[in-house]
Amino acid sequence: MTGPALRLHEAAVQFGARTLWSQVSFALQQGEFLAVLGPNGAGKSTFLKVLLGLQRLSSGTAEVLDRPVRRGSAEVGYIPQHHQLEPETPLRAKDVVGLGLEGHKYGIPWASRKARARVDELIEQVGAADYAHRPVGLLSGGEQQRLRAAQALAGDPALLLCDEPLHSLDLHHQRAITELIHAQSVHHGSAVVFVTHEINPVVRHVDRVLYFARGGHRIGTVAEVMRSEVLSELYQSPVEVIEHKGRLVVMSEHAEGDHHHA
Amino acid sequence: MLEQITSSFTTDGYWDLFWLVRNSVITAAVLGLMGGIIGIFIMLRRSGLVVHGIAEISFAGAALFLLAGLDVVAGSALGAVAAALLIGVLSLRDKDTSSVTAVLMPFGLGLGILFLHLYQGRSANRFGLLTGQIVGVDDLQTRTLVTGAVLISAVLILIWRPLMFASVDPQLAAARGVRTNLLTIVFMVLLGGAVAMSVQVVGALLVLALLVVPAAAALKVARRPAAVVLLSSVFAVTAAVGGIMIAIAGTVPISPYITTISFLIYVVCLLVGRRQRARMNSTTRRLTSSAS
Repeated sequence: MTGPALRLHEAAVQFGARTLWSQVSFALQQGEFLAVLGPNGAGKSTFLKVLLGLQRLSSGTAEVLDRPVRRGSAEVGYIPQHHQLEPETPLRAKDVVGLGLEGHKYGIPWASRKARARVDELIEQVGAADYAHRPVGLLSGGEQQRLRAAQALAGDPALLLCDEPLHSLDLHHQRAITELIHAQSVHHGSAVVFVTHEINPVVRHVDRVLYFARGGHRIGTVAEVMRSEVLSELYQSPVEVIEHKGRLVVMSEHAEGDHHHA
Repeated sequence: MLEQITSSFTTDGYWDLFWLVRNSVITAAVLGLMGGIIGIFIMLRRSGLVVHGIAEISFAGAALFLLAGLDVVAGSALGAVAAALLIGVLSLRDKDTSSVTAVLMPFGLGLGILFLHLYQGRSANRFGLLTGQIVGVDDLQTRTLVTGAVLISAVLILIWRPLMFASVDPQLAAARGVRTNLLTIVFMVLLGGAVAMSVQVVGALLVLALLVVPAAAALKVARRPAAVVLLSSVFAVTAAVGGIMIAIAGTVPISPYITTISFLIYVVCLLVGRRQRARMNSTTRRLTSSAS
């Protein structure tokens, strides 16, 4: 593994006459942490879908480890936004992690000794050992989200995609999940693409920011992108970025609203 | 009324009678086992109403075949699979199977009534299809039903993990490369087949008692996939076989026995599940309070 984890070249997505974004070109090195920001509807989720192989590019290319993105790639891990599982879901925490490991496989549903050992290892890694045998539907949001992190790490992915994984979690669990993701990028060299409304909980770890708005985008370090003149140009209206006690606050009078109110 | 039911029981020659209906018992047991396996997915995918819809629309297929002078059972099976497929395809986009079912069901039943009206012969004795007619199964039917049930169960086991993944967390499953839409269609075809066969046992009106109630009961008390399947199979077999064994001693039809047994099992499981949960909560509370 020497090439970049992720490389986009003049990537664009259009829906009919509407261009969601275009001319996106950059490479993400192993272990690099990219935060993807922008208002609702700017194309953040579509960006993730492209990387998951669930949405085709209208033009340009997207490659993971020098190979075109494809659906269900083991090289790509995915942590979705938190949604509470049904209380009667007939799975224990370890069964859920097992689905992350082998849930896509057809055939007799019998986990090998190796697979079971890997599940235990993952559960240990995300600190879920205390409730490994509890019914998943009875776990708290933070506990369920840890299991989703374990599912995403199952294949030891080169690229870890996170779709607002901190949404609706309390501060304590936000920090725990963030640390988990960061640890994966440090210890296993995974590149991280982290879609979020709120950069502050992860800002310490962020290497670069990809900011989508109004059909355009900017990419660069936090200091390069999170600036009043850069975002004002991107939004085509006055936007002010204020740093307050180490927190970034984006203020705009923009009618569509901005979602970075800290 | 009670006297009418109790006085109708006789124990003379019970086992001779039982031997006569052995085909029914075998069929019911095998369908019960299949019901246990498919039931867990019906519950997870919230498709209880869909099962009912498929069963009722299968009646239209039966009525059409009756009108055309073809085999009524084949008609009901075809109607069930077609209905399941239609519901599956129409609800792919928004996953709202229950409203699609609610739209299709009255139309299907209306067609059924129209076909029966057009039929010139005596249709009354054909209504066994609505309330169950298992006592009459012959060797050939038994073989067909058993083969079908084994086939459906086998396919379900082979697609178990992706189907479970797609049923519990469709978004994540899709991201991991599971073809969730394809699985939905495959599942609906299997469900159509399962309903078509269960209709033969308990009739279109009561299919839920074999396919849904046992799994719903099992989910109240079990939390591991294997345990849920095992329990719901045991529940379904108990209800189906038990219902037949009681019914042959009297004159009351089989269906009410099957539905009553399966309902009682559900009630017991509901109570047991509540106690389990209360106990689990109090343990958690004790643990937290002793920790702090």
